Amino acid sequence: MECPKCRGRMRTFDRNGVHIEQCDNCRGIFLDYGELETLTRMESQWAQQHYAPPPPAHGGPAWGGHHGGHYGHRRNSWVGMLFSS
Amino acid sequence: MIEELARLARRDGPVTVLKQTRVLVVRAGDVVVKAHPPDTDEHALRARLDAAANLPGVMLPPLGLQRLDGRLVTIWPAGEPLTMADVDAGTTPWEEGGRLLALLHARRAPAGLPPAGGPSRLPRAMADLAAAGVPDQVAAPIRAAYATLPQVREGGALTHGDWHLGQIVRHDGAWLLIDPDDLGPGDPAWDLARPAAWYAAGLLDPRDWERFLTAYLAAGGTAVSAGDPWRELDGPARALTVQLAATAVATAARAGEPPDDAAEALVSACVRIVAATEAET
Repeated sequence: MECPKCRGRMRTFDRNGVHIEQCDNCRGIFLDYGELETLTRMESQWAQQHYAPPPPAHGGPAWGGHHGGHYGHRRNSWVGMLFSS
Repeated sequence: MIEELARLARRDGPVTVLKQTRVLVVRAGDVVVKAHPPDTDEHALRARLDAAANLPGVMLPPLGLQRLDGRLVTIWPAGEPLTMADVDAGTTPWEEGGRLLALLHARRAPAGLPPAGGPSRLPRAMADLAAAGVPDQVAAPIRAAYATLPQVREGGALTHGDWHLGQIVRHDGAWLLIDPDDLGPGDPAWDLARPAAWYAAGLLDPRDWERFLTAYLAAGGTAVSAGDPWRELDGPARALTVQLAATAVATAARAGEPPDDAAEALVSACVRIVAATEAET
């Protein structure tokens, strides 16, 4: 198909069931009916699964570890460690 | 000993044992009485109590020093400690901790005060690791990380020496630091190193760590640079990681239990310290 904006050639991509046309010339993207909603839904699902706090403003050490994000739920020696020498 | 300590408090009211380890800490009425370990250096303790008495708004001032059965006993106003419920509720006053340490570090240590006790805890923890019968495969990464640690930097700032969340209390509505037993001149980054180690091990929520460090810097804290705090923190945080790992696995071994998640996280951090050191050289 032809780009409605610049008359360039549109190339078709399929990504996770979403049908996307992108113009080779102006890089503009054309979505079929309902596909913007599909993308929005997928984006919010991804964000829920992969939500992580923003990287710390003050950096970290080269040997820093992974932060799992379950800090409030650890019922082990960790909470006791907060209070002991 | 508990009853005799409570008598030293000269207060009516219920008597509660708050801690019974190398020290014995008893609360009686609105006073807390602490029996120090039998080998405590009296001269050093007196110097530290004097320093604590001269830090209004920063440290809880002592009420007195006595002797009981050859042990030194200090008497304190009872403050309201932070509890695990506060941590669970997310109301930990990280900002207050950072602010109080910044105020402390702004002071020069008075002459005659022995060095801060922070760095001396590490060899003790390693000795404890050796004595606790920890399996070699568990202890090996901790020993390997210990061998890579940089030298302790000297410093003249007044340093708490043993800071954690048990070392702040609310008294007359204000948060104050308690326990000057390790107070002295030193590298003040060691006071931030325990939370830094928790953070680097993935145990402390990065948001809590940022609250603490941001408040420390906002209050004029001098231990680290605002632009690159890990330049000063890295060495002490590595040391505390090794110390905390050694203590955690030794405690588990003594209880006849395998290391739990927190201990494993600290041992993993030791492995990463060794790898980072190899990458640096």
